[in-house]
Amino acid sequence: MVRKILGLTLLIGLCSTTAFAAVLINGAGATFPYPIYSKWFDVYHKMNPEIQFNYQSIGSGGGIKQITAKTVDFGASDGPMTQDQLNEAPGRIYHIPMVMGAVVITYNVEGLDKNLKFTPDVVADIFLDKITNWNDPRIAAANPGVRLPSGSILVVHRSDGSGTSYIFTDYLSSISSAWKAKVGKGTSVNWPVGLGGKGNEGVAGLIKQTPGSIGYVELSYAIKNDLDYAELENSSGHFIKPDLDSTAKAAQGVKIPDDFRVSLVNSSNPDAYPISGFTWVLIYKDMEDHVKGKAIVDFIKWAIHDGQAYTEDLLYAPLPAEVIEMIEKKLEQVKY
Amino acid sequence: MNGRKSFKDDEFSFDMNTMTGISSAWSETKIKERVLTQFNQTRARRNIINATAVYGLSFCAILVLFCLFNIIFHLLVQGFSSLNRDFFLQLPKPVGEPGGGTANAIVGTLILLIVAVLVGVPIGLGAGIYLSEYAHQRFAQAVRFTTDVMNGIPSIVFGIFAWTILVVPFKSFSALSGGIALGIMMIPMITRTTEGFVRMVPVPLREAGLAIGTPKWRVIKDIVVPSSLGGIVTGIMVSLARVAGETAPLLFTAFGNHFWHSSLLAPIAALPLQIFSYAISPFEDWHRQAWAGALVLILIVFVINLCSSYFVGRQRRMFSSHK
Amino acid sequence: MGPFPRSKNMEKFGQRKDAVDIVFQRTMLVFPLLVLLIVGGIFVQLLLSSWISIKEFGPAFLVTSTWDPVAEKFGALPFIFGTIVSSLVALLLAVPIGLGTAIYLAEYAPQWPRRIISSLVDLLAAIPSVIYGLWGIFVLVPVMRSHVQPFLGKYLGFLPFFQGPAYGIGMFSASVILAIMIIPFIISISREVILAVPHVYKEAAYAMGATRWEAICTIILSYGKAGILGGIILAMGRAIGETMAVTMAIGNNVKISASLFSPAYTLASVIANEFAEATSKLYLASLTHIGLVLFLVSIVVNILAWLLLWRINERQKIFQGR
Repeated sequence: MVRKILGLTLLIGLCSTTAFAAVLINGAGATFPYPIYSKWFDVYHKMNPEIQFNYQSIGSGGGIKQITAKTVDFGASDGPMTQDQLNEAPGRIYHIPMVMGAVVITYNVEGLDKNLKFTPDVVADIFLDKITNWNDPRIAAANPGVRLPSGSILVVHRSDGSGTSYIFTDYLSSISSAWKAKVGKGTSVNWPVGLGGKGNEGVAGLIKQTPGSIGYVELSYAIKNDLDYAELENSSGHFIKPDLDSTAKAAQGVKIPDDFRVSLVNSSNPDAYPISGFTWVLIYKDMEDHVKGKAIVDFIKWAIHDGQAYTEDLLYAPLPAEVIEMIEKKLEQVKY
Repeated sequence: MNGRKSFKDDEFSFDMNTMTGISSAWSETKIKERVLTQFNQTRARRNIINATAVYGLSFCAILVLFCLFNIIFHLLVQGFSSLNRDFFLQLPKPVGEPGGGTANAIVGTLILLIVAVLVGVPIGLGAGIYLSEYAHQRFAQAVRFTTDVMNGIPSIVFGIFAWTILVVPFKSFSALSGGIALGIMMIPMITRTTEGFVRMVPVPLREAGLAIGTPKWRVIKDIVVPSSLGGIVTGIMVSLARVAGETAPLLFTAFGNHFWHSSLLAPIAALPLQIFSYAISPFEDWHRQAWAGALVLILIVFVINLCSSYFVGRQRRMFSSHK
Repeated sequence: MGPFPRSKNMEKFGQRKDAVDIVFQRTMLVFPLLVLLIVGGIFVQLLLSSWISIKEFGPAFLVTSTWDPVAEKFGALPFIFGTIVSSLVALLLAVPIGLGTAIYLAEYAPQWPRRIISSLVDLLAAIPSVIYGLWGIFVLVPVMRSHVQPFLGKYLGFLPFFQGPAYGIGMFSASVILAIMIIPFIISISREVILAVPHVYKEAAYAMGATRWEAICTIILSYGKAGILGGIILAMGRAIGETMAVTMAIGNNVKISASLFSPAYTLASVIANEFAEATSKLYLASLTHIGLVLFLVSIVVNILAWLLLWRINERQKIFQGR
């Protein structure tokens, strides 16, 4: 009896093991582009049934760590690797931009009839625990005519190593010297205040569940979950609503370096949303496995061309044409 | 005769007192003293206290049951309404798209459990038999102590251990590392239950075997183990039920997978991992699937537990028939 | 296999040795050694992997409260604080309720509810941690936020523990979940201990006219002190190592705060959240260092519990022997 059960379960195990002998490519990293990546992988798998991309959204820090340790075939991050991190890696790592996205300030405040507006210093001070109540006069100053409720602000941030955090703290460091001195920028930072949520999913989940909360997530997480998000004053003094156009504008006029490691926050473009950025996949220049290497490069080629068509639905900004050209050249250098 | 008996009683109470360290506290006079201090209060008051105590204590029990029923209620209501055919047959959909299922995670959990059994059962069984049949007192005590300590090590520590010895050298998250982490966690319980049940096999039974010239290993294999099999299987089942729902050791070993796993050396999906990532997500449909997953997971755990009580019942009947 | 080798001389029962027997015994020895090896291996691996952090921070690691991955300054104090407080609050809630239930089951409950309740309590123990977490997020936390915490804040708000805004997620909710998770342990161990109290003592108390409650207070609880304490310590060990449910409910914030309403972090949950994504070697080593602390703490706790419970076991053996 016991033997029969054991035999049966073993049989199930073996069947499922052998029946799906396809190319499995493991990737891990950023949660920021996870919605579009999982869409891409799903569509791509339907077009090429023998290729499976298993992507775990564990955070950009995780993507950097796992690709450095070679425990995955590709990493993903929206914070570029530092020079130290690149030196530490056992091989040359390329950053390939896939899409552009915006990090939005999202909040859960009941009884508001329109989106709140924030100035950069207000955002910094909320996250520095200096502004702690929703009816603070400085929030009210930017929102004339909005009746702000009295209630404490609950800050929600990421608990994992995150590229979204990187873009956000990069922005805060660029607009607030107090932030730069006290906290700095990075995929994981020492948050002065707040709850930690795991991944963009976790932060969005916490904000949705918790009245009075404020946090930052990728635009698509806010829109897909009906979360309110703020208009933010950019470097030219305009209040900008984050959307595809204003995100895309952040890259206009920015010189893209050869290794693609560029920060797009606080763009000088007067119509650009200030917290925007590229999200990259991280691959080794010299791939060890021919089959996997080819599959990854083929996929990237597909994603930067046909794949960009899915960006609008999922609220990411497509790559500028000149960047796509640069990527193609870069991919030619990849050996597999 | 009488004198001898009272001597025995004395000896016994002496023994007990040294073992417990509660030396004079339990003499008759002490009990009397302890009880009599209560008599300072009036009888009526004492009766009232006694009666209220019943309510207080049953309130505790009701509170515990309330928590349990609340959890089960939500699991059943939210879980059942979310279960459908797709849940068992489909792969997960891309983020944010409704529908899809967790077929790969259910199978993944079963495979992880098979690996765990293959690792945990031989070691646990072997150690248990050795402890009961061969070990010297001191060695046995040391191993027993180690298993007890091991039972209390937080599950996440086993995850780190499996990560350092399997994920880092193999350069890949894998079903194997997750299964081995779970398997190691099964060892202490299997060892202790096996030892306990093997020990319970009546000595005359062993002696009967040895008397006809059977070597000891044959006695163990053909008499001792078969006659305690029910109990041993119970131990295996109980430990299996315990690890079936473990999530922490899988976070950085099995890692999760959106597809069917391709080999034991590749990442694999697991139901507890899936529940975790769905539960903390903002998507309504994933919340729904998290409840459905939780219901399925708990059913798996309960079925394993039910099997174990069947085996323990069989074991009991076996020993009662010996008497 | 041919006929089994048999020794010619009649030896003492069980002392019969032949070649296969010796080989068998030696082979079987591998398994208990493996058990020892695994526990030793865990210790060594943890020590090796956290070596850079141990060298860098030394014992100050345990009392430093910064956890700053940007500046690479790591200290485990916030996590140690979170772990201790959440476990203690959980015990504070769980011990009276668990002990009360155990006494009720052992002394008051009639046969049939006793059996049903006991198996239901076992059922509570069998629920996986992640499911407690799920229930915590979607059932407990909203109730905490909208009812329990405002209530506590209103009536006990003068205490520093119940101040601050009620977010639901935080130390208090995590402790409540932990309490529910460890209650089954406390119940089952205390019940065994209470049932092991010799009848003669109870009867002696009744004979002197003690009420049931008095017999419980005077005889049972003090007789079973050591065992109950052992059970409580064992439950505390569980609470300290509990990972998933706590991670989901505690709020994951590296900050030491007196208020139970504020978010916190525990040793186990920081590993769960950050281990897979720690970018630098020192960061990873610090997380493993926390794992090492957790490992050592759990060993100490278990040794304590073991010493206390072992005494009970020995005592019981004597009674069974009679």
